[in-house]
Amino acid sequence: MSMVEAKQGGLLDSVRSSSWQSRIAVAVVAVLVVVLLFQAAQDPAQFVSQLLVGITNGAIIALIALGYTLVYGIVELINFAHGDNFMLGSFVGLTVLSGTFLGLGFFAPIGGDSGAALQIVGVVFALVAAMAICGLINVGIERIAYKPLRNAPRLAVLITAIGMSFILQNIGLVWKGASQIPFPSLIPDGNALGAFTDALVYRWKDLFIILVTIPLLLALSYFVQRTKQGKAMRAVAQDKEAAAMMGINVDRTIAVTFLLGGILAGAAGVMFGLFNGTTVFNVGFRQGLFAFTAAVLGGIGNLTGAVVGGILIGVIGAMSDQYVGVRWTEIMIFTVLILVLVFRPQGLLGDRSSVQGGGGERT
Amino acid sequence: MRGDARLNKLALPVGLILLALVFPFVDDALGTNLTFSAIVVAVFVMLALGLNIVVGFAGLLDLGFVAFYALGAYVVGWLASSHFQQVSFSFLSAANTTTVSGVEKPGIHISFWIILILAGAFAALCGVIIGAPTLRLRGDYLAIVTLGFGEIIPQFFENGNNIFGFNLTNGVVGIKAIDSPGFPFLPDALDDWQRFTTSNLNPWYFTILALVLITIFVNIRLRDSRLGRAWIAVREDETAAAAMGINLVTTKLWAYALGAVFGGLAGAFYGAFIKSIFPTSFSFNVSILILCMVILGGMGNIYGVILGAIVLQGINFYLLPQVNEWVHAIGDATGSALLAEADIPRYNFFLFGLLLVIMMLLRPEGIIPNRQRAEELHGGEEEDASVPEVSRAG
Repeated sequence: MSMVEAKQGGLLDSVRSSSWQSRIAVAVVAVLVVVLLFQAAQDPAQFVSQLLVGITNGAIIALIALGYTLVYGIVELINFAHGDNFMLGSFVGLTVLSGTFLGLGFFAPIGGDSGAALQIVGVVFALVAAMAICGLINVGIERIAYKPLRNAPRLAVLITAIGMSFILQNIGLVWKGASQIPFPSLIPDGNALGAFTDALVYRWKDLFIILVTIPLLLALSYFVQRTKQGKAMRAVAQDKEAAAMMGINVDRTIAVTFLLGGILAGAAGVMFGLFNGTTVFNVGFRQGLFAFTAAVLGGIGNLTGAVVGGILIGVIGAMSDQYVGVRWTEIMIFTVLILVLVFRPQGLLGDRSSVQGGGGERT
Repeated sequence: MRGDARLNKLALPVGLILLALVFPFVDDALGTNLTFSAIVVAVFVMLALGLNIVVGFAGLLDLGFVAFYALGAYVVGWLASSHFQQVSFSFLSAANTTTVSGVEKPGIHISFWIILILAGAFAALCGVIIGAPTLRLRGDYLAIVTLGFGEIIPQFFENGNNIFGFNLTNGVVGIKAIDSPGFPFLPDALDDWQRFTTSNLNPWYFTILALVLITIFVNIRLRDSRLGRAWIAVREDETAAAAMGINLVTTKLWAYALGAVFGGLAGAFYGAFIKSIFPTSFSFNVSILILCMVILGGMGNIYGVILGAIVLQGINFYLLPQVNEWVHAIGDATGSALLAEADIPRYNFFLFGLLLVIMMLLRPEGIIPNRQRAEELHGGEEEDASVPEVSRAG
């Protein structure tokens, strides 16, 4: 719903200067919303349940999207390998929960039949381990593959990122094989609203995702807005050279940015696995593109935008699953990506990288 | 003296063409059975040369080139098979268009040579439709949009078995039994050429060789044309190029459409050659494989791109299966089940990913660089005062 408000809010401001393209875009969005509302009126409970599923999926996408947007905001690079880092995060979580690494059994696998306390410890430990490892992987990738190319043409770095994406994907393939791997069901699948109503479905799983996501977002917001390092990040995003002259260690700041992105991707990976019950080596490609779409939709470089975009993409995906068909969802989301890039490349909330003076063309 | 220089300049390409011409006969005489692989490699040479126009000449990163390849293949599937049961139409087709009982076969059956032109035109049209709204975007956004299209088009073919009840693409099963090309008017003595068969691959080989040579010729002529110089200008500095009166969108659109033509032609040939097409053969990986060929060989250098295609397909077809056997032998000898059962060719994209990273870090201009492109790719290093040993490229 917030998409409509954002669209129309922007439209009212610039209704006179709006081009025919944006008018068509708004008309299309309006038609879609009317169709959706019509569906909602027919079966409100189903619509609301689907909306809630969309928001949950969107929360995971938002966490990945933040990684894209943080990195893009600071070094103007689409970190193609980010989605695959997310996949590795889910694998790390899986490995922690299995208790076995490199053939060495450290503790018994934590599964659905373990004690409640052990389950909670297992989930927390899996999240922390995945966050730490993915953060370090992201920093390592930056150090090895992106840092030497900081002054190279932008396309060279992008190609390197694509190469890194394939490398990570194949590490996943070697690690866990090519088939779907089941995740232990640690979060109860039951309806959290079961005590009140049967018509609405909001599972404990959905609640879990939101309960993990919100503190992470608050922590990120605190870090970026209130800490010295966060201030340095914003300064580097605005102007690298000026920041360096002010005594900011640019290399370290960029490394911290990649670390933050990796941490969020790791958390998202474990949550994705626990939520969907499976993971697979190439899940990062699809989820990564969805998340990138979310980042662009919200306005790349804009942290709030990434969260809004993530939730929107989650909802669009869930609606498309319900009313168009699951097999068309991917096409829907890519279409959103293309339409946003073509008609509103600055996104809904504005592209911070160019606003802050970092969006200059370098080919 | 001048004549000698010309002769020397021509010696290499003429030699290579002669080598390519006698290749199937040598292969036949030696019994090495390489012709089939050579045809597939040639298809990829053509794709790589098509992508070279977009990436190498115009400097636009296209991550969805496979879309045009898929479009070409589906054009041949639609127009030269019994897929559309509802109609029965044939035109100059080399295939038998009547069944034994004399009834006309269902589906559309058009001569392969006409389809080839249609496939190229259709791919170009789609290239323009995709490119027109997107080519205004910044380089990295453009890459993502092309990637999006490269994903949407095969997905569409996968889901296209029920578009409002109409079976357009037959879904995951794909289109089977595609007609063979041929020259039906030839005398019976040349029956292998009347209708291309799977038992004699030479007609296929010479067809794709002719297509590759046309592609190379067009590549060279384009590079040296007014349009080619405009591409270089746009690649080096868009703002300056626009100030010099180059229409950016039109120039980029030409690169995109011309690249698409060769993708479409290669797809049409491949569809007729393999005889059955399904959406899974047109994944993102193929786009990246073609991109690897262009980058490994050298963006913008025609020899380099051809070499890149041959080397990477050689790795795919020969090196990796060979390494696989070695690893299995080592595994058997040491009793390691992990090594003995390893499936090395499955990890080929690890190698290609590594290749992209290493090439970009160490030699972004490729094995056989285009001199101008090399200077551009190293241009950034000169600004970097912390690297004193950088010598001015050139």
